Amino acid sequence: MKKTLKLVMAAAITMTASYAVAEIKPAMIYDMGGKFDKSFNESAYEGVKAFTADTGIAVREFEVTAEAQREQALRKFAKDGFSPIAVTGFTFGTALEVVAAEFPDTQFTIVDGFVDMPNVQYVSFTEHEGSYLVGYLAAQKSDTKKVSFIGGMVFPVIQKFECGYIQGAKAGGATDVFSNMVGTSHADAWGNPTKAAELAKSQFSRGADIVFAAAGGSGLGAIQAAKDEGKLAIGVDSNQNHIIPGTVLTSMVKRVDNAVSESFSTAMSDSWTAGQKIMGITEGGISWALDDNNKALISSELQATMDALQAKIVAGDINVHNTDTDGVCPFI
Amino acid sequence: MSDKATLPRWIDIGLLPLINLIFAISISAAVVLIIGENPIEVAGILIYGALGYEEGIGYTLYYATNFLFTGLAVAVAFHAGLFNIGGEGQAYLGGLGAALVCLNFPNLHWAIIIPMAIIATAFFGALWAFIPAYLRAKRGSHEVITTIMFNLIAGSLMSYLLIYILSPEGTNQPLTDRFTPNSNIPKMHDMLSWFGIEFESSPLNMSFFLALLCAFGMWVLIWRTRFGYAVRTQGFSPSAATYAGISSAKVIIITMCISGALAGMLAVNESVAVAERLIIEFAGGFGFVGIAVALMGRNHPVGIVLASILFGILYQGGADLAFEIPTISKEMIVLIQGLIILFMGALEYMFKPVMLNVYHTLASGQSDTSVGEAS
Repeated sequence: MKKTLKLVMAAAITMTASYAVAEIKPAMIYDMGGKFDKSFNESAYEGVKAFTADTGIAVREFEVTAEAQREQALRKFAKDGFSPIAVTGFTFGTALEVVAAEFPDTQFTIVDGFVDMPNVQYVSFTEHEGSYLVGYLAAQKSDTKKVSFIGGMVFPVIQKFECGYIQGAKAGGATDVFSNMVGTSHADAWGNPTKAAELAKSQFSRGADIVFAAAGGSGLGAIQAAKDEGKLAIGVDSNQNHIIPGTVLTSMVKRVDNAVSESFSTAMSDSWTAGQKIMGITEGGISWALDDNNKALISSELQATMDALQAKIVAGDINVHNTDTDGVCPFI
Repeated sequence: MSDKATLPRWIDIGLLPLINLIFAISISAAVVLIIGENPIEVAGILIYGALGYEEGIGYTLYYATNFLFTGLAVAVAFHAGLFNIGGEGQAYLGGLGAALVCLNFPNLHWAIIIPMAIIATAFFGALWAFIPAYLRAKRGSHEVITTIMFNLIAGSLMSYLLIYILSPEGTNQPLTDRFTPNSNIPKMHDMLSWFGIEFESSPLNMSFFLALLCAFGMWVLIWRTRFGYAVRTQGFSPSAATYAGISSAKVIIITMCISGALAGMLAVNESVAVAERLIIEFAGGFGFVGIAVALMGRNHPVGIVLASILFGILYQGGADLAFEIPTISKEMIVLIQGLIILFMGALEYMFKPVMLNVYHTLASGQSDTSVGEAS
């Protein structure tokens, strides 16, 4: 009797399990930077790795190297029955509009894009709010009341970072915010730490003592330069506090990895939804990192100030400007 | 009969490149073996992906179109002894010309707006090449330095224009509105369907024929016109050209402008025909690959057509390879392409001394027995 009961229970468990977990065949397409760009795409790759580690389901991947491959890759994966298909970057928008219409039963997720279709989930991060927070923190922490920003290149997402940071820094009491870009194209923007280090040194020589680099792999150069000159730096995308503890004041964390892995896992549990998905402070998509590596740099009063500031942003008492809405930053 | 330093043309432009290609492929195969894949299977997927089905062929020739424009651009300048490595920037500016025409005259008939767009891409590409050309001709600034710098300036300028000026109202994306439907250049699969032929959809379009026409035009210009003679003279020996009364400043400026115009026409394929809008960084490295295409094609239009198709095969077959075999990454494809460029371009004469020895041994052996006049 006991044995049969056990058997029935085991059968019931396996049955419910197979009910709740749909079979999925996920695919991931990375943007031009490639999946090892130490930035945005690599963060998506982290999400893919995490999903595979959790579920044992392999994710098919492709890295585009030419504009025309976007549509080609999307169509190919959709035709082969992959779903959900996740892509990184708004640059996939045009191709996705075409392919999503051809394959209405396939689920698509685009990170940082705007494609409003019944089978597309588009994920937006509130980078401006996170940048506001680290900008405010930088200004509070600065002795010279001069802080600086290094972006990868003039590019919509980077403008969102830059504008939020400047607004936050000015609100936190900074008199000057210097801003420079590493490169002019994807080829020279995200993988050039030497240039970022030069820019950081030049900004330090103008009086800045804290630099925020939103420039992918180039940012590591700015962090190194800050260490060499005894200044502080702020990391980006992933939590970079551990890179040089004592030099990295904090990191503006943007969880692209969560956006990707959640897209796949929600498809498995049948809770994937189309439409806009905002990953902001409340959703855990954006945060300023506080851990053992930077605890010594953040006093408890400062932490309290930051918590209060964050609560105000979440409540809507502080309106952080989003350059996505108008393309203009009123604080420069 | 022939001197010791030369080889017959069929060896020079046929056998030597083939030997180089075989070497590049063998080394690629070794690398494929090292990462644990079967090189024959990989080669099979690559070739099937590029030439085995209609969509693949379409993509191969679509990429070849891009390489034709930029390869011809480099080759034309090369005949005048100029090394135009600014194709990337000139192509980028060509896109601006296309956008200005297609966005500002949406109501023109296609028979007017398409030629206008083509001329605009050529004109803007030429304009971007004119400044380095002028500096070279009048001030002696080396075009290798200036053209590569102009790529960076083009990148900054176009980023600025796309983000602040040309991006549609209310959005912050670095691309323009879709061009007018009147400026749509027919795709190959649409054209074939007019004749009742089914062809899988691909970005291949009429600009492929425009590119072939440009290749023919380049042959006529360089080898069949007085100006072409002046260009080649300037390329062989600038002092001889001056002595012969050829104005080298004029030759430099006009050749560079033609070169820039050819590079600019890349935008006909990429922006006007395929994307139907101007997208940030649409030139995507095609300008630089054009240098390799020209080197491999020995700066001759026929060679460039063949090299363009080979690169098209590598691009499209490489993409299919990355789809089919996950361990073959993007970097692996670049490595294979790089090896081919290395052997065909940089090391193109590596086997020439060996070849000379072998050929002359064989040839003198033959003539000794037959005529006995080998000297």
